[in-house]
Amino acid sequence: MAAEIEKNEHIDTRPPVIGPGHNFASLTQKIVDIVLMRGFKKGWIFGFAIVFLGALMLFNTIAYLVLKGVGIWGNNIPVGWAFDIINFVWWIGIGHAGTLISAILLLLRQSWRNSINRFAEAMTLFAVACAGLFPALHTGRPWVDYWLFPYPNTMGMWPNFRSPLMWDVFAVSTYATVSLLFWFMGLIPDFATLRDKAKNKVQKSIYGMLAMGWRGDARHWHRYESAYLLLAGLSTPLVLSVHTIVSFDFSVGIIPGWHATIFPPYFVAGAIYAGFAMVLTLAIPVRKFYNIEDFITLRHIRNMCKVMLATGLIVGYGYLMELFMSWYSGNTYEMFMMKNRIFGPYGFMYWLLILCNVLVPQLLWVKKYRDNLLVVFIVSMFINVGMWLERFVIIVMSLNRDFSPASWRMYYPTIFDFTMFFGTIGFFLTCMFLFIRFVPMIPIFEMKTLLPEAKVDEKKVEQLAEGRGPLGATPLPQFGD
Amino acid sequence: MSNRDKNNEISPIREEISRQIRSNGVTRKGREFWRSLEELADTDKFRDYLHREFPALNAPETDPGMLDPNGRRNFLKLMSASLAFAGLTACTRQPDEKIVPYVKTPDGIVPGKPQFYATSMVHGGVATGLLVESHQGRPTKVEGNPEHPASLGGTDVFAQASVLQLYDPDRSQAVLYLGDPRTWGDFLGEFRSAIDGQRTKQGSGFRILTENVTSPSLAAQIRRLQTEFPQAKWHTYEPDSRDGARMGVRMAFGEFLNVVYQFDKADVVLSLDANFLAEGPGSIRYARDFISKRRLTGGSKDMNRFYCAESTLTITGAKADHRLPIKASQIESVAREVASQLGVSAGAPGALSAEAKKFAAAAAKDLKGASGKGIVIAGEHQPASVHAIAHAINSALGNAGATVVYTDPIEANPVDQAESIAELIRDMNAERVDLLVIIGANPVYNAPAVKDPRSGREVSFLDAMKKVATRVHMGLYNDETAAWSQWHIPQTHFLEAWDDARAYDGTVSIVQPLILPLYNGKSAHELMAAAVNEAGKTAYDIVRDHWKAQMGAEFEQTWKQSLHDGMVAGSALPAKTVALKADWASGLAPVKAAKQEIVFRLDPTVHDGRFANNSWLQETPKPINKITWDNFAIVSPKTASDLGLATNEEPYHATAKMVRLVHGNRDLSMPAWVQPGQPDDTITVYLGYGRERAGNVGSKLGFNTYNLRTAGSPWIAAENVKFEAGEGTYQLASTQEHFSIDTSGIDSDAFIAGDDLAARHIVRTGGLDEYRKDPKSVHHGAHTPGKELTIYPGWDYSQGYAWGMTIDMNACIGCNACVVACQSENNIAVVGKEMVIRGRIMHWLRIDTYFKGGTVNPEVYFQPMMCQHCENAPCEVVCPVNATVHDAEGLNVQVYNRCVGTRYCSNNCPYKVRRFNYLLYGDWETPSLKNLRNPEVTVRSRGVMEKCTFCVQRIMGAKIEAEKQDRKVRDGEVMTACQTACPTEAIVFGDINDPKSRVAELKNEPRNYEVLADLNTRPRASYLAAIRNSNPDLGGSKGHGSNHQG
Repeated sequence: MAAEIEKNEHIDTRPPVIGPGHNFASLTQKIVDIVLMRGFKKGWIFGFAIVFLGALMLFNTIAYLVLKGVGIWGNNIPVGWAFDIINFVWWIGIGHAGTLISAILLLLRQSWRNSINRFAEAMTLFAVACAGLFPALHTGRPWVDYWLFPYPNTMGMWPNFRSPLMWDVFAVSTYATVSLLFWFMGLIPDFATLRDKAKNKVQKSIYGMLAMGWRGDARHWHRYESAYLLLAGLSTPLVLSVHTIVSFDFSVGIIPGWHATIFPPYFVAGAIYAGFAMVLTLAIPVRKFYNIEDFITLRHIRNMCKVMLATGLIVGYGYLMELFMSWYSGNTYEMFMMKNRIFGPYGFMYWLLILCNVLVPQLLWVKKYRDNLLVVFIVSMFINVGMWLERFVIIVMSLNRDFSPASWRMYYPTIFDFTMFFGTIGFFLTCMFLFIRFVPMIPIFEMKTLLPEAKVDEKKVEQLAEGRGPLGATPLPQFGD
Repeated sequence: MSNRDKNNEISPIREEISRQIRSNGVTRKGREFWRSLEELADTDKFRDYLHREFPALNAPETDPGMLDPNGRRNFLKLMSASLAFAGLTACTRQPDEKIVPYVKTPDGIVPGKPQFYATSMVHGGVATGLLVESHQGRPTKVEGNPEHPASLGGTDVFAQASVLQLYDPDRSQAVLYLGDPRTWGDFLGEFRSAIDGQRTKQGSGFRILTENVTSPSLAAQIRRLQTEFPQAKWHTYEPDSRDGARMGVRMAFGEFLNVVYQFDKADVVLSLDANFLAEGPGSIRYARDFISKRRLTGGSKDMNRFYCAESTLTITGAKADHRLPIKASQIESVAREVASQLGVSAGAPGALSAEAKKFAAAAAKDLKGASGKGIVIAGEHQPASVHAIAHAINSALGNAGATVVYTDPIEANPVDQAESIAELIRDMNAERVDLLVIIGANPVYNAPAVKDPRSGREVSFLDAMKKVATRVHMGLYNDETAAWSQWHIPQTHFLEAWDDARAYDGTVSIVQPLILPLYNGKSAHELMAAAVNEAGKTAYDIVRDHWKAQMGAEFEQTWKQSLHDGMVAGSALPAKTVALKADWASGLAPVKAAKQEIVFRLDPTVHDGRFANNSWLQETPKPINKITWDNFAIVSPKTASDLGLATNEEPYHATAKMVRLVHGNRDLSMPAWVQPGQPDDTITVYLGYGRERAGNVGSKLGFNTYNLRTAGSPWIAAENVKFEAGEGTYQLASTQEHFSIDTSGIDSDAFIAGDDLAARHIVRTGGLDEYRKDPKSVHHGAHTPGKELTIYPGWDYSQGYAWGMTIDMNACIGCNACVVACQSENNIAVVGKEMVIRGRIMHWLRIDTYFKGGTVNPEVYFQPMMCQHCENAPCEVVCPVNATVHDAEGLNVQVYNRCVGTRYCSNNCPYKVRRFNYLLYGDWETPSLKNLRNPEVTVRSRGVMEKCTFCVQRIMGAKIEAEKQDRKVRDGEVMTACQTACPTEAIVFGDINDPKSRVAELKNEPRNYEVLADLNTRPRASYLAAIRNSNPDLGGSKGHGSNHQG
């Protein structure tokens, strides 16, 4: 087998997208084992305990928040939005990588994506869930949040369709729905594999239900492929639209620092930037921990680094344009806003942002660093922080000193701002832990298409059909193996 | 008996006695139990114990600790709720008598329609006429009485907040003997026997201590008592003693006189440290009169010229055309310098700076030019000599009798109060006093210690008072003095009892009650009646009988008319022709130079401490420095940097460094507040804080500056004074960030240069000369986009009403009356110090203060800022649920019920006038405060946005009334709460579609502009630029141009 693989591989100096020595069976076994193993790894329990504490912290904060009011946070007048909306935008941004990897790269036939797309999609889903918490809970009266939906009611009241927050409701809920569908659909064949491989009854029945009667029938595959492609097509504009609309929350406002036409592209690039950084932040330890370096190879890391580098440059260009426009506009408020951003009381935040998002990622130009997992991990951490800072700079630093100097005021977060923020990280990681443990984090069937075995030789098939092939009576390999 | 009727605190006196009885160290079980929950180890044990025993006495709304999630009081709130659930009677007051429902509604009462009654508020002994709005017998809102000479419709913060004091749940609620509840009958028995004990001694051991009294009927009662007890003495003392003015006028004219200034006739005014726009009798009227000479509307291009030499930057100084910051002790030198320039011999002035000399020369020249049309007014905190010099100058210039009118004193007992209280302390200390009756005063807290002539030791009022056998205290609160009196009688609030008083000009004003005493209070009249064995007489009988004797034949008619009007017509005291004493100047001592000095001032919001428990006043930002809930040491920037107190390192917090003030053997560490315009080496401190027993709101706030005062120098401590940097820092709650009020680089944050702010043209100012040449010059450089610059058709507002407002910044004196009026009218919640620090103050109307022109002597501009009701409102577009929308009359309305609380509207508001209920700030529980609410305005819950509505409830009321009569609303029929409160008529509201309305006329004034008009928000509120009438001799550049010149 190994010899065949080598022979089939065209000359390529890049690291492979799948490690050597794998066949259908070994691949399936390796991925399925993570899910179907008995008991839990000690490391998993330890990690889960920690992140679950974080999730509990979030639940406690939410309970107290609903009980007392958003006043437990540090928001004030003029800074009506702070950590709440920063975190919302941050999480939504992170949520962009999944769809981008799944949908756009699928459409672009970037097959290397196959090993990371499930992972990235799950990340998207959980990130969007975390993101959704903030707009839902940042309102003064969260129990009437449903008023933001255009539902028929006896009062004849409609929401205000001019408000970007209203658009947000649609954008985010659509995105969440499509992401969930996309993720779940992709899982169906793998759930079927799990069902077939499961040894105990409980697992068998649960995965059986989730597999929705998948039998690997050719018609199933046919429908699956078209539906998946359709969803990919649907998701693709969403990648662009969600963050565009999120950016409208700011650019529709008249506050200097918000009111900018560059926001949509700049936000989308930022979102992809943040998303890939988060994928790397999670993937690097996971591949190590679960010994799946064969499936998430250096090739993937390199590619993602390149995407980050590209989007990072777009983001950097955005910062530059903001600077230029504030000067070019000749507008007092704009110029002051920029001055305040760079030299004002929160000026250090801006410089940190530049460091994290513009300077540090330039390391990725160097091939050596792209191959050094530690460097890549640190850089992606910098980007995670930097993207959070970017939202702080945009939201808080624009609000705290706007038009009316008499109302200028500093914003300081409270302990609950932090418990809420770190709580969502805990919640997010809790979901990731559960996902890794109970759902195949790498799409088994898609990975198989990357194996040389999947590259079916037409001649051989003919020979097979005539019953005189070199493989004799061996049937075609089945994906279910 | 309900909880509230019980005593809320065991008095220290009781503690002392019980300590003797109890075996040492043994405490009751209950206390042990509660002590385990103690969190604040340093609080008075007894106080805490009783607060816990009767938690209902804690006022949740007015309590800033409530919002502290871990606060001790939060626990108490839960406690009180659980007690209520446990079936204890709630705190409502049911009448004892049978109640009878209306069968026929009495005439004039329409349920749901408020009624207005004329009454008067007595503040510092002097009456201001008020109209009080009453909803079904509940007074809810105070307005000025337009007929009353001291008000003319305007009010001040104290009048506006008085209605909260009425309902204050912390007010004293029962007659107490040693801290235990007793009945009025019990007291009368004891009181009679104590008085009878004095009969043989002709009352030689009997002392009465009152505050300033102008009430003719109360004075008559006390005089009658004195005829019964010829040896009994009547002492008068309150911190706002006005001794300087009283003694100064006697120094000049040889007799006590009342001085009435007629600013409406004065072309040149020189203030010698007088804060006449905010303090003292008649200040509301003076503000109106003073501003009437500065009104540049209707084509007028004339203004008075106002010189102000002052030791602390006050709102009066802020309105000055030329202001001289100078040490309080040097004011006399300025006065002498001016006098000598005018040929009045008033002794040699001390050394003055060139600037001060120039100032004095210019003022003297202008005063001379305006002989008979000028006023020199000395500050109440200045010594008698300065007042005497001012009177001499006024006499010399012929102002006396023209702009400065003298009448007989309005006070019933004009005395040197410092001497009066000192005499009382000495007598008590010498054990010459057996029976002390204190009415209203709180001398244990606010009287200075005096030197005992025998021992040479300083004796405090309390030490001396302990030697009196029977002490009776009558007051609104169970305060520091009540704690050390055997008997405490709850006093009635002025809205609860009959009384009378004289206004600043002597006009007799009747105080009509609007409600029965809420807390079993008794009035001073009843107490005095009891003293002369007329215990059955009510205050009504006493006041009425007094005036029956005065008014003669047509009494009934006159009385009825007087009650209706709120004053006795024509009762102002007649002007007296007085002549300066020939040797008036003989008492003048040479001016002493002081190196460093401490200036004591009455607090702009809590006065002498009597309003300490009034959360509205505590949360009112003090003018200019915008600090709430505290007092502090005001330091000039230079002195601050000399002492290393500059707050520059952290300009973003109002974190103040501590400064230690030493005055002889007294010292006090206070937070230092660096304030531009403060004279160097002078630290000003406000009185009225550091109360021990003010109530749940006011106790233990700030620092007791009375402890720094001595009897000899009540206002200016210039000897043995030293400042040094203290230890640590202190968080002050400022509503405007310190650095942001700066247009000229006052802050160390140099990058926020004046230009950045000036280019926004938020505050537009100009000089009078320039204004005369080109009235539009104030707008130089500003830009307003034309209405045609949009492709969208605008809304047509030309039909029906279009509500609008103008605010004349030339008239605004920054007195805060509008702020508190708005709070009262619109049920605005108090949030407490912690929340103010967090930037969540709820005031719909704020007074933005802008400085211009350097830190030494900046010009100060006030800009009241509320919802501007933009026609292109940025808030409306972004609300996702349509909770803030525009109505057809141009009002930007906020629908609380619909508001979800996204705060997007506030973020998008360029004026940042929206206020968000981050927590449950409104008080939904305290029973007494429910009566306070304006029933026409929703009490907001947590999680909703709120903001100025242009008093939409008043607009609707007027529209309904007009529709009933089938007519349009007349101009002036709708007055917003801020407008009615404004003493200077700076705020005008009305229909801008009516070209004859005042507001429409004002919008056509050349000075009219809209704030941030360049954003094309098209606000309905607009401002009239501030103009200064500077003297070219003093460098006329001051005040010229727009604030381009930072």
